[in-house]
Amino acid sequence: MNPVVIPRAHYLNVNYGIKAWLFTTDHKRIALLYLASITLLFFVGGAAAVVMRLELLTPQGDLVQSETYNKLFTMHGVIMVWFFLIPSIPAVLGNFLVPLMIGARDLAFPRLNLLSWYIFALGALFTLTAVVTGGVDTGWTFYTPYSSTYANTHVILTVLGVFITGFSSILTGLNFIVTIHTMRVPGLTWSRLPLFIWAHYATSLIMVLGTPVLAIAIVLVALERVFRIGIFDPALGGDPVLFQHLFWFYSHPAVYIMILPAMGVISELIPCFARKRIFGYNFVAFSSVAIAVLGFFVWGHHMFVSSQSVYASMVFSFMSMLVAIPSAIKVFNWTATLYKGSIAYDTPMLYAFGFIGLFTIGGLTGLFLAALAVDVHVHDTYFVIAHFHYIMVGGAVMGYLGGLHFWWPKITGRMYPEGWGKLAALIIFIGFNLTFFPQFLLGYLGMPRRYHFYPAEFQVLHVMSSAGASILGVGYMIPLVYFIWSLRYGAVAGPNPWGAKGLEWQTSSPPPTDNFAQTPEVKEEAYAYGPQEVHVV
Amino acid sequence: MPMVLRRCTLSERPAALAPHFDDIAQQSEASHLGMWVFLLTEIMFFGGMFTGYAVYRSVYAVAFAEGSHHLDLVLGSINTVVLISSSLTMVLAVHAAQVGQRQLLVGFLLLTMLLGLVFLGLKTVEYTHKFADHLVPGSGFLYAGPHARQVQLFFSFYFGMTGMHALHMIIGIGLLTVLVWLAWRNRFSPMYYTPIEIVGLYWHFVDIVWIFLFPLLYLIGRH
Repeated sequence: MNPVVIPRAHYLNVNYGIKAWLFTTDHKRIALLYLASITLLFFVGGAAAVVMRLELLTPQGDLVQSETYNKLFTMHGVIMVWFFLIPSIPAVLGNFLVPLMIGARDLAFPRLNLLSWYIFALGALFTLTAVVTGGVDTGWTFYTPYSSTYANTHVILTVLGVFITGFSSILTGLNFIVTIHTMRVPGLTWSRLPLFIWAHYATSLIMVLGTPVLAIAIVLVALERVFRIGIFDPALGGDPVLFQHLFWFYSHPAVYIMILPAMGVISELIPCFARKRIFGYNFVAFSSVAIAVLGFFVWGHHMFVSSQSVYASMVFSFMSMLVAIPSAIKVFNWTATLYKGSIAYDTPMLYAFGFIGLFTIGGLTGLFLAALAVDVHVHDTYFVIAHFHYIMVGGAVMGYLGGLHFWWPKITGRMYPEGWGKLAALIIFIGFNLTFFPQFLLGYLGMPRRYHFYPAEFQVLHVMSSAGASILGVGYMIPLVYFIWSLRYGAVAGPNPWGAKGLEWQTSSPPPTDNFAQTPEVKEEAYAYGPQEVHVV
Repeated sequence: MPMVLRRCTLSERPAALAPHFDDIAQQSEASHLGMWVFLLTEIMFFGGMFTGYAVYRSVYAVAFAEGSHHLDLVLGSINTVVLISSSLTMVLAVHAAQVGQRQLLVGFLLLTMLLGLVFLGLKTVEYTHKFADHLVPGSGFLYAGPHARQVQLFFSFYFGMTGMHALHMIIGIGLLTVLVWLAWRNRFSPMYYTPIEIVGLYWHFVDIVWIFLFPLLYLIGRH
């Protein structure tokens, strides 16, 4: 078989038309529905950030005033967290790859999978309606009693959007868990699973166990707002801090919903581009589960200054530091995999390197914040902003882009332009660091988050950050352009352009609707890259 | 479109088997696991309210005991018996499906639905009494005594938790309606009755939630 020909029949050309897409139950097409929706929402959320960075160029409030600024950072947070980062890798790459990687013809519940996209779209519609009809100004955390009693903006509409979209991530998680348990091909034991699958399994556990708690917290806020039932209202005997407990019980593990799939992507990229078996497979696999489990016992580190008992804070501080262990295990094992590898610097690998460095910085500054005394100093400052952007953008988005480049030939059958890919990766890395590193300094010096004006002495750092943001913005536009360009003009990829291991590379690119012409059988460990194998592109 | 199957050929495939599964056993395993994982999410969903209840009950123990005295113990107890009986008829329905007795299956499913409706009916009576007694939280809430606010909080939890439970009952009755229709049209056999089993799991779960709600709400003040 000639490897450089697009196969005659594949999942993209099996039928055409809007109906064929809107009623599809093919996990690969649903992944593309998600890809289109979250890309759109990413640029909406990004637009809010653009206005914020423009406003912060000068110390005075000139472009927008407090009210608008509050709505901007709320919109940026809500959209980026719930409508981009949480679905990004699981709903796009996970949806596409989980069945392929385990040799299945589809996810266990294909109709539920389609339903999850509709639920997501409905949730997004609610939230976007709130945005265009005047916005919401509570911050993405919806803290009570402001959200439940005092805010005069579209709180109900926004929280309903978040509530609804939560069910789409519950359904995705449920589908992944069941699929991974019941639909592996013969020979694919748990210890032979790709680490991408382990990461998605751990992520699904969090989605399934955490999201319902967010749902009930939101229901209670809505009930409080409409019926004044008093659960979060001190005037009626309630306690607003209870909301913070319920909210962070989900929303801290949600950080791991964002980062674990990215770690799964990196665990695929590093062995492929270093031509080496992953170092310490079991440790990397179980560290994902460990992060998921520990993640449920650290929520109180968001509440060190919220009247929480000091003993509780000490326990939460200790538990938060424990998360560093499985995270570091991953970083060390990736680095050890590189040792004496035959490393190729293709675009996906550049993102993987970016991820390791930026995630390490984000993770270490997380330890600063988990330390009780330091947190009191930098709580609610730009230090926190910089920290979680290093994890969520430097980590999760880098992983997402690396994965998108790596599997783009599988998804579309065509290669992206490698030169442009490398250039964009470099621009994104530089732009990212210029945007967010100054924010560590700003925060340490005392610049609080969520203000649109600031003392003049902070201006230099703010201008650096805004300049970086514009570079970052350009960096994100480049892949958008060349990915679309490659659909028509990209070089034909063939089934396995990277010479990668893994079942998804054993079928044609793009794969047929039922994934494999013949059901594959697994006879070896994951990442069986031979010692003499040289990288070929 | 070529369809490669692992363990059975196209002609042998039963109608109830979806194309992406190899055989009925795999499909049934997936459905069961799916329902168990869903019930896990339900536990966490109700868990949020149970946590809130636990917090306020420990802070306002006296007021919560006072509030629980205003609940109708007789109706609550009858409802508990009704709901446990409905779990029994649900199990008998699963058994009838296993042995392939269609009429018995339809009968037990209808009986389960009926008991569910009785529960909801009695719940409606209780809610109506609370409304008449001005014990529904909000602007209409009227309560004499030093703990009025905290008692209102108790009733917020009472309506929130039992309301969410009733919503689950209504969904369950909807699911049972579909099952009755499918059973009537002879879609089940001793080879294939997975939907009855997984709806049964759901029904038992909703039952168990009530088993926790009843002592927490009705019995706390009466040792």
